[in-house]
Amino acid sequence: MLELDGLEIVQGAFRLTADTVLQAGQITALMGASGSGKSTLLAAIAGFLDPVRGSIRIAGTDITGLAPGDRPLSMLFQDNNLFPHLTVAQNVGLGLRPDLRLSPAQKDAQAAVLARVGLEGLEARRPRDLSGGQQSRAALARALLRGRPWLLLDEPFSALGPALRRDMLTLLRETARAEGLSVLMVTHHPEDARAVADATCLIADGALIPPASTEALFAEPTPALRAYLGE
Amino acid sequence: MSRGPGTRLGTAAALAVLVVLLGPLLAVAWRAEGWAGLRASDWGALRFTLWQAACSSALSVLLAIPVARALARRRFAGRDAVVLLLGAPFILPVIVAVLGLVAVFGRTGPIAWIAGLAGLDPPSIYGAQGVILAHVFFNMPLATRLILQGWQAIPGERLRLAAALGFGPGDTFRLLEWPMLRATVPGVALVIFLICTTSFAVALALGGGPRATTVELAIYQAFRFDFDLGRAAALGGVQLALGGLAAFAALRLTLPSGFGAGQDRVVPRWDSSGPLLRGQDGGVIALACAFLLLPMVLVLAEGALHLTNLPAAVWTAAARSLAIALGAALLTVGLALAMAVAALRAPWVEAAGTLAVAASPLVLGTGLYLLLLPLANPIAFALPVTLLVNVVLALPFALRALIPAMRELDADYGRLSASLGLTGWVWLRRVGLPRLRRPAGFAAGLTAALAAGDLGVITLFATPEQATLPLMLYQLMGSYRMEEAKAAALLLVILSLGLFWLFERGSRDA
Repeated sequence: MLELDGLEIVQGAFRLTADTVLQAGQITALMGASGSGKSTLLAAIAGFLDPVRGSIRIAGTDITGLAPGDRPLSMLFQDNNLFPHLTVAQNVGLGLRPDLRLSPAQKDAQAAVLARVGLEGLEARRPRDLSGGQQSRAALARALLRGRPWLLLDEPFSALGPALRRDMLTLLRETARAEGLSVLMVTHHPEDARAVADATCLIADGALIPPASTEALFAEPTPALRAYLGE
Repeated sequence: MSRGPGTRLGTAAALAVLVVLLGPLLAVAWRAEGWAGLRASDWGALRFTLWQAACSSALSVLLAIPVARALARRRFAGRDAVVLLLGAPFILPVIVAVLGLVAVFGRTGPIAWIAGLAGLDPPSIYGAQGVILAHVFFNMPLATRLILQGWQAIPGERLRLAAALGFGPGDTFRLLEWPMLRATVPGVALVIFLICTTSFAVALALGGGPRATTVELAIYQAFRFDFDLGRAAALGGVQLALGGLAAFAALRLTLPSGFGAGQDRVVPRWDSSGPLLRGQDGGVIALACAFLLLPMVLVLAEGALHLTNLPAAVWTAAARSLAIALGAALLTVGLALAMAVAALRAPWVEAAGTLAVAASPLVLGTGLYLLLLPLANPIAFALPVTLLVNVVLALPFALRALIPAMRELDADYGRLSASLGLTGWVWLRRVGLPRLRRPAGFAAGLTAALAAGDLGVITLFATPEQATLPLMLYQLMGSYRMEEAKAAALLLVILSLGLFWLFERGSRDA
């Protein structure tokens, strides 16, 4: 469970409150208009932004004061998910040890996860020699290798074309199920949420509206969702 | 983000720099016994400093305008090399340039020979005119680079419009170029004026005497000849006021960004294709190149003939200079890296590092001498003090190269690094050094070149047994051993430009 307990985030004149619980073991989509604070909320959960009030708990443990790297989560950013000077294998290996001194067993795990996302044979490439889809796969591979229970996605696939994005979401859903990962993903495409998210929540008017089943929500849109969809 | 160790190290480094900087200044201020200690000749030095700076600045700018215009409107093979040549004086050891100017304009040089054929007796290279000539040698290229930027900032659309309206060269000048020059030239002239007020090595080698002594040189003389520390300190206060202004202006405007990069754009021109103007531009560029190259060629070519019979003492001095250059480069880049990390969180760190531009080497040297005096024989610390002063003086340039790069790195990969737990040394090895090798290499090269060629604080302290290569070169010149001096100059150029090239190129490849 990811609990946002009386959370309040302030950035200049911007203010966002969140007081809700996200279920573990499923994919939750986070939607909202541009500038509504989706990325800001993710940044707070990931530890890049200190909330002015409230706390964040994962599996009952308060993580509010932890350094980003110590939190039980991995994050895929909108861009710059890979270091351009490191190879694919090194970028992925950082998920196990930042100093890249991998044991034989860890190297095996590294090779396995690269195969899992379809990047075998590309280990020695640099990010600039990969397509956008392959770069996304490498970033996902690292998150899988880190094995943290939660995965936060800040629209990492938004630069991909529709077909590639669908492929990535499918891969995400399959791997998340197989590994028992809990996922919180920002998206502004309703069809993405409907395709992969078990639950969907919205940010409207500076507050996070608690999640509801995606199916039910789109079957009978709330006023906030209708406003977002422009209906 | 949470690079705790780096931030702490950088903050400590910034504090250390502040101590090294402010300690000597406080010592100077404490020791200076007010303005009463200054003699009439000291006020004369201040007047000369301001006068020669005004002359040098005006001449540099006047000569630079036609060169910049020629470079702005001509495309020719070797244009990149000319732009590169204009950047070179920034890292050329001052004493080598002085030796070259003596070779060209001195009694036995080609200018005197030609003038002799015409029955004229040209003025001596020594004295005020020599000081100004050397300042023009260093600052005309700088002025050209800065004014060229102004020319290249004239939008191409304007020039196209001018062509469509049938402007002649006179119309273009009046309506487009003159407004640009009016906006650019005063700033350039001010920067060069301020740079010339801090001149020491040029004045030491070519000036001196009642009519050609700068304040920096007066500090040296009060210190070295009269051993009047109170007067040296009072002069230091005068210089500090001058230098504070100079340095900030210089730092903002003068550092060549990666040497010639981005100055290759030639705006197409339709108004100046006539043979007369082409001839004029070609002649101007050729003259400028000759002015910059001839002194170097005369010195270095003759130096090459005598390189093999240099006395052992010169080689030892070269080894000292190499050690100081490498030490300064490593220390400066290390400090600058740590301070750039800290500056992400604490902006005062950048200000602390940049403050060093306000200090002149001789003022710092005098202050450090005063601080060391109660503790030990300062002469024994000549080389460490030289190293320290070079580190402090190079730090603002290193920070200026590294801080923007560090900000960009943090913006692009700070969160990724933090989310993967990449911190401290692991971050430095895996992310910091690989991503910052270009600016770090540039900073290291610049520091090494400046430190190798520095003829400043070392003149205050050193005994002959501690001479660095520039000091040795100065002493060889002083005893008219010109052949050996030229060979030593070649060695010094190889050392400082070679170090710059190695660091800078080394950081580009691989």
